[in-house]
Amino acid sequence: MLENFANIQTAAYLFASILFILSLGGLSSQESAKRGVLYGIVGMIIAILATILDTNVQGHLYILIAVAIASVIGIIMARRVEMTAMPQLVAILHSFVGLAAVLVGYGSYHDGADTVHLIEVFVGVFIGAITFTGSIIAWGKLDGKIRSKPLLYPGRHAVNIMLVIISVILGVLFVQAPGTEGLIYLLIMTAIAFFIGVMLVMAIGGADMPVVVSMLNSYSGWAAAAAGFMLSNDLLIVTGALVGSSGAILSIIMCEAMNRSFLSVIFGGFGDTPVKGSDQVIEGEVTSITHEETAELLKNANSVVIVPGYGMAVAKAQYPIREMVDILRKEGKEVRFAIHPVAGRLPGHMNVLLAEASVPYDIVLEMDEINEDLPDTDVVMVIGANDVVNPGAQDDPSSPIYGMPVIEAWKAEKVIVMKRSMSVGYAGVENPLFYKNNTDMLYGDAKESVEKILGFLRG
Amino acid sequence: MKVGIPKELNSEESRVAATPKTVKRLMKQGFEVYIEKGAGLKSNFSDKEFEDSGAHIVNSAKEIYGESDIVLKVLEPTPAEVEKMREGLVLLSYLWPARNQDLLKLLADRKVNAVAMDAIPRISRAQKMDVLSSMANIAGYRAVIEGAYHFGRFLNGQITAAGKVDPAKVLVIGAGVAGLAAIGAANSLGAIVRAFDTRKEVAEQIESMGAQFLTVDIEEDGSTSSGYSKVMSKEFIEAEMKLFLEQAKDVDIIITTAQIPGKEAPKLILDYHVAAMKPGSVIVDLAASTGGNCIYTKNGEIFTTDNGVTIIGKLDQLPSQASQLYGNNLCHLLDDMGKAENFKIDFKDDVISRAMVTHDGKINWPPEPLPVSPQKPKVEVKQKSIEEIKAEEALKAKKKSTNMFIQLAVVGALLFLVGQFAEPQFMQHFTVFVLAVFVGWNLIWNVTHALHTPLMAITNAISGIIVIGGLLQVTDDFSNPVTIVAFLAILVASINIVGGFFVTQRMLKMFKK
Repeated sequence: MLENFANIQTAAYLFASILFILSLGGLSSQESAKRGVLYGIVGMIIAILATILDTNVQGHLYILIAVAIASVIGIIMARRVEMTAMPQLVAILHSFVGLAAVLVGYGSYHDGADTVHLIEVFVGVFIGAITFTGSIIAWGKLDGKIRSKPLLYPGRHAVNIMLVIISVILGVLFVQAPGTEGLIYLLIMTAIAFFIGVMLVMAIGGADMPVVVSMLNSYSGWAAAAAGFMLSNDLLIVTGALVGSSGAILSIIMCEAMNRSFLSVIFGGFGDTPVKGSDQVIEGEVTSITHEETAELLKNANSVVIVPGYGMAVAKAQYPIREMVDILRKEGKEVRFAIHPVAGRLPGHMNVLLAEASVPYDIVLEMDEINEDLPDTDVVMVIGANDVVNPGAQDDPSSPIYGMPVIEAWKAEKVIVMKRSMSVGYAGVENPLFYKNNTDMLYGDAKESVEKILGFLRG
Repeated sequence: MKVGIPKELNSEESRVAATPKTVKRLMKQGFEVYIEKGAGLKSNFSDKEFEDSGAHIVNSAKEIYGESDIVLKVLEPTPAEVEKMREGLVLLSYLWPARNQDLLKLLADRKVNAVAMDAIPRISRAQKMDVLSSMANIAGYRAVIEGAYHFGRFLNGQITAAGKVDPAKVLVIGAGVAGLAAIGAANSLGAIVRAFDTRKEVAEQIESMGAQFLTVDIEEDGSTSSGYSKVMSKEFIEAEMKLFLEQAKDVDIIITTAQIPGKEAPKLILDYHVAAMKPGSVIVDLAASTGGNCIYTKNGEIFTTDNGVTIIGKLDQLPSQASQLYGNNLCHLLDDMGKAENFKIDFKDDVISRAMVTHDGKINWPPEPLPVSPQKPKVEVKQKSIEEIKAEEALKAKKKSTNMFIQLAVVGALLFLVGQFAEPQFMQHFTVFVLAVFVGWNLIWNVTHALHTPLMAITNAISGIIVIGGLLQVTDDFSNPVTIVAFLAILVASINIVGGFFVTQRMLKMFKK
């Protein structure tokens, strides 16, 4: 049995890899998603058991203590977290992966290692360290603990490149150092990587946080894969690669939705284009509407599309909105939600927020699915969203957001925009939608407004 | 301030300048509202309804004209009514200043500040006060209903067990507000709708309402800066007449809406057009009040010609809705003039300076022309020929494959380099890594957008697999720094595993159909 154990362990790791792949594959639909989580949990248990049952593993007591403490912390965090605070949770979990990669890297640095192993350690620690501090800054920004304005200083690209070059030199010294004398180089590099991680995310503005979190998701995967190389462990490599490409895809989706280039995101060089005003003069006048008139309009409509933005979630308006949707649907009206990929502060965040308010997921559609239906829609309600419904993105080449895909709300018969004031959105761009003839503004707090409309709909 | 609403005297007029709803609105603007007894009866608004909404009922028009600050009216006042008006009164009403010069003089002599609602300029800011638009919309709709009633047949095509019924064909001449409303109404009743307009820019609007845009083969655009169409050249009119003749033979209902501000309506449907029409056909003439587009039209009358064509010169006004819309237009104007509190006549305001036709005893008509273009002219987009497009595509495809080739060559060279220096064990892991990236890439694109947040949470959980690193490093000796480091690694990675799976589960449970 013992001679065979290495093989059995490999088989178990292979099985765990398959389960992880199935787990992510399960997320292709809401029905199969719950099964997917189960696959993931089973895969994880198999992988951990196969590792611990190895006779070479020591310190079972410490393992038990660490896992017990972690479970308590993990469960409390996961239960307590509000859905609006999901981005913070995701960010802090990324930082843990980064920290673990750093720690594992240090742990696997030992006397007499060969060159390849040393390079693996060095690279693994570097990625892990950037992920760690970058995620902590992202968490701070998302949580409002650090101001979300981008911190920019002239020549920061040059500084970053310098730091990377210094790290490479340190790497060469580290590999050539005899015994464990290279530790000092590893420590200095770690400090530099921590700094790079901080500056990378500090340079990014609040609006771009979804891209940053996706990017850090990707980094955390690469950090895990790098740890896999250090430990010569294929399961870690496979999992890291899956997570890394997952984060990369999410970043690409976010970039496309915001019309930004992927490369500039990876190097943290975006968010620094100064916002210049559009050259186009907006014609028309902003007209407003009352809650009673809005309710009247909804009563007479056959099809309604709601375009929510993060403003809705901030005002916690999703609960009264769900009630409103229930009432309208009971009257046989077609009510749907249109979600822009960057709505919310995480990819897919808005879907979770609506699901939390018990909005059925089959009426929550993506931008591409709903755009063609909008010309036949009676009323579009834009709640707490701005840039994602800006027609300037399509017809005003001088607009800073020109080329960004948007929800074509203005094509509907009537558009109601719920907003606190006439202020501009994240992108700092005027929105010509507000000036269109078929657009009326409904000013006020989203939640209070929806509640008032609800009152008129009931009475 | 007091707002007064007299009863309309004309027996043909069933609208009123305020409804209980607009009374409420006026009171919100800070006005006191006085309304003549029985003013709303013809529009189905009783005195009681007005009283309930806060208006005071007044017995005679004399009190209204004598004591109000502002009077709201529908039709232009008669000389007798002007007699009753007090000096400095602000009157909002239809006035048709271009053809009522005498009335303007009377009003000016009385020192009445009169706003001609029909002279509100057609700029986008003033759309909400544009009574011509709001009333034309009603007229267009009603024209179709009236026409269909006199036509006496189905408008839509039907295939029934008893046989097939062909859809009726409707021709709408003039695609202004009324014309577009008529197109929409006729289209939704199932008729085949065609529309003619001299302004090329409205083609798109016509088509979007579901009608076919008819035009003549002469290059001439009837658009003007005022938003109305101009008088066309002789050649154009001849071609137009020919087109109408062809259509007259074919269509069942003709709705004409062509009007030129301040002038008699152009004659578009002549004797030979009417003669060419099938018996039972209907002409609805929305320009009847300004002389009619059809030479036979009699204002206020419906009659049938000898060859069986019914010509309608009289339309029901849908008075309660028409009053409501008209009243809203008035409220918007009063809003613009500062409501009760800051009410003022501001000649710097484009709307007031053009629509207020008498002020302080002086006549202010006709105003300076104010150019507005309702739509920008279309920029011609150069069409590429099919060959050009194909050639471009082929070039693109070629470029793409060359790029791909170069990229693959670079990747291959890099891999070769790595293979040169790395050990076999590393290459094995590297193979696994690259293949896993490809699997992940294809896998994740299939994840539905709606589940991207759960995806991030679950990737958090499974990237906690890095715990294995810690598990392999931890020793029984806690004084060993490696053990402490490994302990911490296990701790944070496990938080990821437990927290990640738990929160994913929690989120997914919320997704319900």
